[in-house]
Amino acid sequence: MQLLPKLSVEKRLLPSRRLTVAAPFVSTLVALAISAAPIYQGGVNPLYGYYQLLYGALGNKLALTETFVMFAPLLFTGISVALAFTCKFWNIGAEGQLYAGGLFAAFFAVYATSIPSVVAIPVMTVIGFLGGAGWAAIPAILKVKLKVDEVVTTLLGNWVMYYAVSAILFGPWRNPVTGWPESPAIAESTVYPILVPGSRFHMGIVVGLIVAVAYYIIIKRTKWGFELLAIGGNQRGAFASGINVPRQIILAALVSGGIAGLAGVSQVAGIHFHMKTDLSPGFGYTGVVIAMVGGLNPLGVVLASFLMAVIVQGTQAMHRATGVPWALAEVIQGIILLCLLVGIFYTKFKVRRVK
Amino acid sequence: MKGIVKTFPGVLANDHVDFQLERGEVHALLGENGAGKTTLMNILYGLYRADAGEIRIDGSPVILDSPQDAISMKIGMIHQHFMLVDAMNVLDNVILGLKTKGVIIDEASAEKRILELAEAYGLKVDPRSMIWQLSVGEQQRVEILKAIYREADILILDEPTAVLTPSEIKDLFRVLERMKTEGKSIVYISHKLEEVMEISDRITVLRAGRVVAKVNKKDTNKAELARMMVGRDVIFRLSKEDARLGNTILEVSGLSALSDRKTVALKNVSFAVREGEILGIAGVSGNGQRELAEVLVGLRKATTGVVRIAGNDATNIMPREIADLNVGFIPEDRVGVGLVMNLPVLNNAIIKKYRDFSKGALLDYPAATDYAKKIVEEYDVKTPDIRYPTRTLSGGNLQKLILARELARDPRLLIACQPTRGLDVGATEYIRAKLLDERSRGRAILLISEDLDEILSLSDRIAVMYEGQLMGVVAAEHANIEDIGMMMAGAKRMEMS
Repeated sequence: MQLLPKLSVEKRLLPSRRLTVAAPFVSTLVALAISAAPIYQGGVNPLYGYYQLLYGALGNKLALTETFVMFAPLLFTGISVALAFTCKFWNIGAEGQLYAGGLFAAFFAVYATSIPSVVAIPVMTVIGFLGGAGWAAIPAILKVKLKVDEVVTTLLGNWVMYYAVSAILFGPWRNPVTGWPESPAIAESTVYPILVPGSRFHMGIVVGLIVAVAYYIIIKRTKWGFELLAIGGNQRGAFASGINVPRQIILAALVSGGIAGLAGVSQVAGIHFHMKTDLSPGFGYTGVVIAMVGGLNPLGVVLASFLMAVIVQGTQAMHRATGVPWALAEVIQGIILLCLLVGIFYTKFKVRRVK
Repeated sequence: MKGIVKTFPGVLANDHVDFQLERGEVHALLGENGAGKTTLMNILYGLYRADAGEIRIDGSPVILDSPQDAISMKIGMIHQHFMLVDAMNVLDNVILGLKTKGVIIDEASAEKRILELAEAYGLKVDPRSMIWQLSVGEQQRVEILKAIYREADILILDEPTAVLTPSEIKDLFRVLERMKTEGKSIVYISHKLEEVMEISDRITVLRAGRVVAKVNKKDTNKAELARMMVGRDVIFRLSKEDARLGNTILEVSGLSALSDRKTVALKNVSFAVREGEILGIAGVSGNGQRELAEVLVGLRKATTGVVRIAGNDATNIMPREIADLNVGFIPEDRVGVGLVMNLPVLNNAIIKKYRDFSKGALLDYPAATDYAKKIVEEYDVKTPDIRYPTRTLSGGNLQKLILARELARDPRLLIACQPTRGLDVGATEYIRAKLLDERSRGRAILLISEDLDEILSLSDRIAVMYEGQLMGVVAAEHANIEDIGMMMAGAKRMEMS
């Protein structure tokens, strides 16, 4: 007796354009259909739950600006990871680089009280970039010089940086005013301006979009992007063709780390105004998912980050409005992402059932 | 197989193909690259499904949706690239995937059966050796054993001799004869006329997805087959002008290098190539030719010795610097070294020249696209659009793309490794003619090839490599095929003439 249908999978010569457009929508609908069961089980009408989800993410000015607030760090880490993955530098360390960026930015920002904003904000942002880049430099050099696997070093580096930040914030740099394990408040002049009055829509969101445009230009227009694509496609072939592979990989790792560092800057200067031990609930790891869902494509990563922000904000809102358990919100996030990955698979492969 | 149709996007790979295989025959499927031979057999082996047509075995229609279906219909296929697990031994590979009774595998009786079959068909191989220890020829024998062990009555061989040495080819043919007398049927996919004429009983010729002829071997000859295959008379010998020698461009002295396994691959190799000549390096595969080419283009470090290119010291420098010395390189491994298969044709066409299309940090894509279109057209690379992924090109077009990229840069030294291996007659002829053009234009060419005919018909001087050493260099007009054969087998050394 046959338990599972026999399937045959053929790779499409080219990804189907029609399906590439349709896949995210269809996948989301399928995911919502699947998620309806646990929501119903939780005692809530799924349609009402989804209404709350959409309303809570996009329904009014406050919801929409909060979704953008969530969008910013996801966009930074998504692009950070996508850039590194383009040349097959498997940077799983965006989380640690985010903390490094936030820490370095705060080192400057806390003491920048006498520097005017027009100078202080750019300098802080650059320092945060350099902090993230510096933390990414270690695994990059280990990989290129000693062939140490960067998946391991970047992943473990996250914990090293996290505990280093904790040690600093619980110890020497504890907030003297509140006694909380957080840095002193950053200088007024370094706070990212609010762009939509009466909300938390801050300048970091715009910086994120600028970085996204820069990533687009790098990949589609520059010589460096051309080199990264070649290295990602065939490292040996790229080297044989005269591309300085080790140098470009290190450079990509540094820029990737720097962009993740900007996520940290954006959270410190736009949201918290202190360096904190819980600066990120795992944005760096979510960045990996976003980069993959976005297919490493600039526009794809922007859309994936926004979708992720909608899902996160929306499921939280649904949880608040309907009382479905918080864990269920996370379950729904997981279901949507899995469905998206399956949808992307269908754009590249033809699957048919055989008798 | 009757009326088989298979289309891929933009390509009609099989156009109402009829194919009959009889018991106890070797049936050659002859055609250029991209003629649809492999596609047709992949359909028979259940890897692809035909868009139309039917397959009958012993008169009854069958549906083959997967290789498992094909195997159960006693069909076996041996692909160009072997499907063996390197880290397992021969025995395990042969029984891999077979259903056994009970939990414990009865290795002893499997081994006995393998030895019996090996004996019966002349497939000499030790069931206990690991796959990675075996030569390519031995691995092929394991593949054949695997198929016979599964009691295949129909065996499909896809370009089986592409990777074999001449003596291994003889062994293979002996095995095929043996299988024929046992009543097994063999489909022999090839574009090599000599082999087809030697081994087959009947020949089906495919061109552009259609059957152009079905003939008995005894009623035909090589020239006729070649004509049917390419649709015109093929010029086998290329006319060649006298060499006009210029300056020495490549000078190699005392070069040694290690293989990937850290054994000595090159021993004290010295030679020179001048403008306007082709120096051919002959030899049986695996005698250091690949390592030599890699050292010359910066992909492998020399342990001793000096490489000079146009007077510059080019020993152990980066590929980028070699390219900047205006050296063109046609690598042996087109997919692994020559091209980035998942990127568009455009990217591969300009990968050695993109720095010339700079606008600061930006790459001038419109100008680069014009350039790529121009060279793709000039070198007759067939692609629907240069934005398509390179992996959509056929083998001959991949090589033409590399040729276009390298020659369009007008290199003063061209290092060409196995430039026509695996290509059909048309592409081979085209590439050889291009190499001779470059020679007439006064370029220096180092031709490394295992195809002796190619070496003989193109080279001005012929060097022979054996176990990492040069056994001698002879002028092509004085070349004696016996001497070269002896040098290739390591039985003779000759001084530079």
